[in-house]
Amino acid sequence: MPGEIPSEEQALESSFIPPARASWRSLAAARRLGMRALALAAFLALWQVASESKFRLIVNFANVPAPAAVAKAAAAFVQSPKAASHILNSMRRVLVGFVLAAALAIPLGIGIGQSRLLADIVLTPLEILRPIPGVAWIPLAILMFPTSEQSMIFICLLGAFFPILLSTIHGVENLDNKLVYAAKSMGAGRRHIFCEVVFPGALPSIVTGLTIGMGICWFLVVTAEIVAGQYGIGYFTWESFTLQNYPDIVVGMLIIGVLGMGSSASVKYFGNLLMPWHRYLHQAR
Amino acid sequence: MSQGAIDLKEVSLAFGTGRNAVIALENLSLNIEPGEILSLLGPSGCGKSSLISTIAGFQPPHSGTLQVDGERVDRPGSDRGVVFQQPTLFPWKTVRENVDFGLRLRGVPRKERGSILDEILLKVGLTEFGRHYPAQLSGGMQQRVGLARVLVNKPRVMLMDEPFSSLDAQTRLMMQELLLEVWSEYRMTILFVTHDIDEAVYLGSRVAVLTRRPGRLKKVFEVHLPRPRKIEVLVSHEFMRLKKECMALVREETLGSLGQEFKAKRNAEHYRQVFIQEPATPSI
Repeated sequence: MPGEIPSEEQALESSFIPPARASWRSLAAARRLGMRALALAAFLALWQVASESKFRLIVNFANVPAPAAVAKAAAAFVQSPKAASHILNSMRRVLVGFVLAAALAIPLGIGIGQSRLLADIVLTPLEILRPIPGVAWIPLAILMFPTSEQSMIFICLLGAFFPILLSTIHGVENLDNKLVYAAKSMGAGRRHIFCEVVFPGALPSIVTGLTIGMGICWFLVVTAEIVAGQYGIGYFTWESFTLQNYPDIVVGMLIIGVLGMGSSASVKYFGNLLMPWHRYLHQAR
Repeated sequence: MSQGAIDLKEVSLAFGTGRNAVIALENLSLNIEPGEILSLLGPSGCGKSSLISTIAGFQPPHSGTLQVDGERVDRPGSDRGVVFQQPTLFPWKTVRENVDFGLRLRGVPRKERGSILDEILLKVGLTEFGRHYPAQLSGGMQQRVGLARVLVNKPRVMLMDEPFSSLDAQTRLMMQELLLEVWSEYRMTILFVTHDIDEAVYLGSRVAVLTRRPGRLKKVFEVHLPRPRKIEVLVSHEFMRLKKECMALVREETLGSLGQEFKAKRNAEHYRQVFIQEPATPSI
């Protein structure tokens, strides 16, 4: 593309191939990008048309706000004083629940992975509780805790707990035994084997569990807020429905999506910071 | 240096219990001299690796005595370094950190560790790769790290479990040369398990051949090839003679175990013919 500054990667690539082909390649890349933008625009246009014409065939678009209305509502929401409070309340619930879940599940998972006795004692009751979806806990959680705030955090904790626990156990159990032998033959005691072999060995699996757990936390916080919340982005979405501010429903949905995506991405990011070695492992295989 | 004598007396080792028990070693008696390289050959599954893990202290023998320099072996220790078949490096540690692990565990002061690491990495030709992670290295380089992290502990005994078997032929030859070089400097006792007859004869001061499972000692050869051994040794008369002799013995054992399988199969076939006949069509 004329006038376009090539990225470092493109520049590197083009140094290996003749210029004619290089420009053909960047043209193809630009064309793909154009196609995607076009597809997105078409999707938005279709949505706009459907809601303006009050399309109705099984799905009812009569009350679905058009993209233009959503954009307007979003701009208004961002400027409103309540926005920060809704978002921060949800984020706080997720974060507290998530951190508590990790703090409980990781040590417990490592213990279960290493000790058959602990597995026998703890795993059986947990296996009974595990298939119960977090959402089903909401009524009981409200009864169990003095404030609805605590019950919502508890629901988040519960949702994140099991994926983190299971992947931690998995990580510890799947560790190559030979690595432990190798450490022993170099004179390592229990503490060193734990800190320098078992824990880092289980870490990739633990991070996977954390990423999944984070996703579930968002799912549950929204549901819990709809039932029991005051403030919070899930509460905002539901309140918009009851107050018939239909464009705000979609604004709430979009913000939930962005927050969920952002927090999963940051778990992954911090995980990769902890494991600089991990990406080479995947490149090699 | 007269350290690193390994004494095995009537050592037996079994895995599993009851009916499922598999006897890996049976009444194995073997003396490994201080500072020699003993190559251990045998058909696959004869308990060669089990012997390594017994001497390393991972798996205590069920009967018999096992001593290194007169001390009973009852746990793993850095005086007996192990080089595994797969490099078995810690993927989360850089090359330097992997080698440093043993030094730290032995409580060597930080100031000394740096220069020890530099020296050892130079020796195995990995000076420029200290900051790399194992996954960034080739198989041969990884195994050199595996060697370096054992050498850094200056062990009396080095136990090597088919360490070069997954390398390509050229790399393997270079690793063998490197090993001989290192050995002539450190003079530790090496127990080298392999199924490669060339490798066994080329490296070994003696070659021990084990029987098929349960592993017992079949024969021990002295290898009177001059040291330092150059690659040309591989085509000398004496080498060929030893190789031929080893080959015959190993082949005998391998065929023996195949023969057992064959017999078992034939018996099963016989059983089927005699006892499980085709169901006769009912006559009405």
